[in-house]
Amino acid sequence: MSGQDGARTGAGRATTASDLTALTAAEARRHLDARDVSAAELTEAHLARIDAVEGRVHSYITVMAEVARAQATAGDARIARGEAAPMTGVPVALKDNLCTVDAPTTAASRILAGYRSPYDATVVSRLRDQGAVFLGKANTDEFAMGSSTEWSAFGATRNPWRLSHVPGGSSGGPAAAVAADEAVVALGSDTGGSVRQPAGFCGVVGLKPTYGRVSRYGLIAFASSLDQIGPFARTVEDAAILLGAVAGHDPLDSTSAPEAVPDFAAMVGPGAGEPDLRGVRLGVAREYTIEGMEPGVQAAVDAAIARLAELGAELVEVSLPHTEYALATYYITAPAEASANLARYDGVRFGLSVQAPTLRETYERTRGEGFGPEVKRRIMLGTYALSSGYYDAYYVKAQKVRTLVRRDFDEAFERVDAIVCPTSPTVAFAFGARTDDPYQMYLSDVFTIPANMAGIPGIAVPCGFADGLPVSLQVLGPAFDEGIVLRVADAYERSETWTGQRPPL
Amino acid sequence: MALTDADVDHVASLARLGLSAEERARLRDQLSTILGHIEVLDRLDTAAIPPTAQVLPLINVLREDAPRPSLSRDEALANAPRQADGFFEVHAVLTGGPDAEEEAP
Repeated sequence: MSGQDGARTGAGRATTASDLTALTAAEARRHLDARDVSAAELTEAHLARIDAVEGRVHSYITVMAEVARAQATAGDARIARGEAAPMTGVPVALKDNLCTVDAPTTAASRILAGYRSPYDATVVSRLRDQGAVFLGKANTDEFAMGSSTEWSAFGATRNPWRLSHVPGGSSGGPAAAVAADEAVVALGSDTGGSVRQPAGFCGVVGLKPTYGRVSRYGLIAFASSLDQIGPFARTVEDAAILLGAVAGHDPLDSTSAPEAVPDFAAMVGPGAGEPDLRGVRLGVAREYTIEGMEPGVQAAVDAAIARLAELGAELVEVSLPHTEYALATYYITAPAEASANLARYDGVRFGLSVQAPTLRETYERTRGEGFGPEVKRRIMLGTYALSSGYYDAYYVKAQKVRTLVRRDFDEAFERVDAIVCPTSPTVAFAFGARTDDPYQMYLSDVFTIPANMAGIPGIAVPCGFADGLPVSLQVLGPAFDEGIVLRVADAYERSETWTGQRPPL
Repeated sequence: MALTDADVDHVASLARLGLSAEERARLRDQLSTILGHIEVLDRLDTAAIPPTAQVLPLINVLREDAPRPSLSRDEALANAPRQADGFFEVHAVLTGGPDAEEEAP
């Protein structure tokens, strides 16, 4: 990839296919607007890359080649008219739980195989309005329930850095697509870490915005008080660009927040000046060092935090004493909400329908044959927690502990601007390592779940390697302050020289 | 908290979830293990703590009561496994159908 250095500074022509798939969204924007690269060329290069590596990586459930080509042609015409938006002509992957009218939306479940949504998700229509190019629908654990994509009904995605290992999950497809240069950027969803954990495992940037920042309309619901759509990118700047394109109030989602959306892209990247964190107070929480933490992960995260201090940040020890309870709380709240949300899959209005003599048997057989093991586990757990006699002991108890988790963050953010910690306690694990032990699988989200419980934004940014696999630093910020987490992650990223390493595919 | 087979059957019935005998046995054991981990919450005294159902300070989000476009009937029915006369079709549950006794209110 000889053109990468030139491309990264935005200078020179990007001409070969590998140059084109190495471009960031910001670089692609400059080339597209300068008319030395067309959206059609950029799209063909990505479709060719998908052809070349999908057999090994399997990032996508559905590739939308014809849609992408038509969007690229329209994008080139729009650019020629001088009407380009930030995402015009930029190839994007969409997690397959985001509804699209022009491709199936399956949530990686047999119960939705071939399902065609009659409407677009709001994030999809916003990207469509900007003239983005949709390369395809990317893989996920079924209904976004999982941490490895091993629960996809349509086959697991492999980690581009080591094909014997998982890409993380649930948004393993979008993460792997961006890591493997099969998309410039991607959208996923994060209910307990499903953007940040796979971003970390695949060595890319992943951002979970504040709950309410991005409309959930048309996101297939998993746990409605926790779900949030977020961007994947190879740079923090690109994550800011994509967030800006999809964020903002939406009357179709009553939990979308009527908050102004700042110009996130202007806060980061080379245009924001030299990396400088003077005056920024960063919290380091002792509760984020746990048993089972891999030494290589700890070392890389410690080095990253030291780098943040060199950039001028003041490190402040903070305490988040209820961190150890967040995981247990999540595994009541999320399944409870899921069991209610997934009641709609009844074989009557859409999706798989296994007909039986009675309506009740039709429900039971449809759901029994349509849902995979992890989804069944969560429906059972959630139904139990909501059932008569256990509602107060489990569901209400979890809601009360959720208050304590929120208060921890409220108190910490009175003293610091952001909190830095690992994204996950381990690097990517091997296929099959955790599928037989659900709780071990759940533990890989132990550092990402608290942000969902509190509704706050968090970003995962690559911070080195352990055992040849990517390690990730997480930056958490106060509600509606995506700006500070982007700034801290961007300063770190631009102060490192090794960032931009590509997986050896 | 160890679940019994009867617990699993009861919850599966509430969830309208058909399970094989093998799935029932596996879920009984796995859910018991997961609930065991969740017991860590019992260490916290939450008697005086208010619950959090959602994190946004929004209440009573209402829109203007004005007509707006919606899906056409054909679009709404496009994914229906069974339809008849412009409706979703299901087995009868009220009178005369095989589910009548069980499903009627």
